[in-house]
Amino acid sequence: MSDTAVPHQANPNASHAGATPDRWLRRALASDVFYSFRRSRLTMAAAAVTLLFFLLAILAPLLAVQNPFDPAQLQLMNSRIAPLWTADGQSPFLLGTDEQGRDVFSAILYGLRLSLVVGVLGVLFSGTLGIMLGLIAGYFGGAVDGLIMRIADVQLTFPAILIALLINGVAKSMFGNRMDAMSTLAVLVFAIGLSFWVQYARTVRGSVMVEKSKDYVAAAQLIGLPAPVIMLRHVLPNAMGPILVIATINLALAIITEATLSFLGAGMPDTMPSLGTLIRIGNNYLFAGEWWIVAFPGFALAALILSINLLGDWLRDALNPKLR
Amino acid sequence: MLAFTLRRAIQAIGVMIAVGIISFSMFRFAGDPVNQIVSIDTSAAERAAIRKSLGLDDPVPVQFARYFANAAQFKFGVSYQFRLPVADLLKERMPATLELATCATILAMVVGILMGVYSALKRDTLLAKIFQAVSLIGISLPTFLIGILLIYLFAVVLGWLPSFGRGDVVRFGWWTTGLLTVSGLKALIMPSITLGLFQMTLIMRLVRAEMLEVLRTDYIRFARARGLTTRAIHFGHALKNTLVPVITVAGLQFGSVIAFAIITETVFQWPGMGLLFVQAVQNVDIPIMAAYLLMVSLIFVTINLVVDILYTVVDPRLRSTIDRPA
Repeated sequence: MSDTAVPHQANPNASHAGATPDRWLRRALASDVFYSFRRSRLTMAAAAVTLLFFLLAILAPLLAVQNPFDPAQLQLMNSRIAPLWTADGQSPFLLGTDEQGRDVFSAILYGLRLSLVVGVLGVLFSGTLGIMLGLIAGYFGGAVDGLIMRIADVQLTFPAILIALLINGVAKSMFGNRMDAMSTLAVLVFAIGLSFWVQYARTVRGSVMVEKSKDYVAAAQLIGLPAPVIMLRHVLPNAMGPILVIATINLALAIITEATLSFLGAGMPDTMPSLGTLIRIGNNYLFAGEWWIVAFPGFALAALILSINLLGDWLRDALNPKLR
Repeated sequence: MLAFTLRRAIQAIGVMIAVGIISFSMFRFAGDPVNQIVSIDTSAAERAAIRKSLGLDDPVPVQFARYFANAAQFKFGVSYQFRLPVADLLKERMPATLELATCATILAMVVGILMGVYSALKRDTLLAKIFQAVSLIGISLPTFLIGILLIYLFAVVLGWLPSFGRGDVVRFGWWTTGLLTVSGLKALIMPSITLGLFQMTLIMRLVRAEMLEVLRTDYIRFARARGLTTRAIHFGHALKNTLVPVITVAGLQFGSVIAFAIITETVFQWPGMGLLFVQAVQNVDIPIMAAYLLMVSLIFVTINLVVDILYTVVDPRLRSTIDRPA
């Protein structure tokens, strides 16, 4: 949204509409935030780990020794090989292989891709939905507000995982049990998006109610700007700080939810495994002593979520938004 | 007070009707119920007869009214997978889930409060810092990973505890309990920890924050000035005042615990409602999914209602504010 903002667009609230159009981004990168970032070693480490995971996911085809989604590249001869540093290890399988001869390291890279794609798309979807509904509820008030917030209240009573599971089950029954991997991915994004919009909507609504009474909104109304323009271009940027915090924390939540759904067998299929699917598969071999099939995907997932959560915690303290 | 209680009760009924509509729509529109019952070579006439006997020809509002009336009597239809009434399946599975959820909640409260009090009183000790780190991990690690880790440690490597199931259970009428046998208790340990860990960290953080808040207040300072013992101040005055929000949160979280039991029950193959629900989602068994949604919503809404009312009873300060529309 902010990309479409023209630098010279008059906005009485921004005294310095300067070089970068992304005002909220500039605010996030303001010096005190950077200062607190540089002061916290833990946060810098978390940022580094997060960045590393994103890089690994993007560069997966270059780093992996095989494409784990392509059955032709898997050989049963290579099944259940232990990690390289153990006595039974075999090159090039750094972290060993699973029962189908799938290289665990490659599977983690590709699974990471899926987890991050679902997480990011889920956050984008729930964020867009929540921001829109929050803007509408806060700006117009009255019956619309009442309706949206009642739905939000009801939904907040139920844990997101339950809602996501239900949506997944309904989607399965409507599109048949044999969905291909791409539509499963879409259903996951949809389920996660619908499960997490409430927090955005509540926060945005709160900010909008505060901003609405300010002079610049009255000025924008007076010069005859239509409501959508006022909401998106003038009110929304002033509510962006808290949204960024929620988005970061929700990215971790979305990744957990995707992994949980896949672990429960309601997510990505075995032929195109995400981290959660890998853990479910590996869990079956734990008793046979083949710990590496579950341990490494589990460790990757835990490290990813922990570092994103640490970033979110830091961001919340640094921006100190009016959360709750 | 009465007006508040009534308003909350009406809200609760409204929520149940909304959930009922969703549950009914799932039941009726997500997949054709007739197709799930008949085989491929059932004739069209027979299908129509089944359709009529199930009342699927009636107008949708009539069907909804009938569904609701049946659901109110805990008649949820027949499971597609098991060919058994869903109500019986749920009834059979419910004791396992409730027992697990209760144990997890008690564990979370006892350990969470102890850890919270300790880390508030001895803020700068190593142990308090360890508690903080553990709480961050408890929030960050997905439930199923914690379960797998516990299974690997205590079932695979050490072999102390069983990795799945409930152990031996004792039957009282329709209720079964694992609390009276050694194997039942052993089987309960790891699932309770797995399920309770998130709540434990939540309660720990809450108690710590509340304690720190309360310890700064004037009446604590006054209690110190009166020369009360540290023990009396900390536990008689400070802790007592932090417990109201803690009990509220724990109460409200009980519903989530039951819902999150879905994951724990899958990891430990615990024969509860959550496992039934996951299997229903995997096998697209809509009647079970719809019934589970209704049951869990009923538990949620009831708990919320009771906690809301109790809260205003316990904390008189809230009574002046509850008449403002929330």
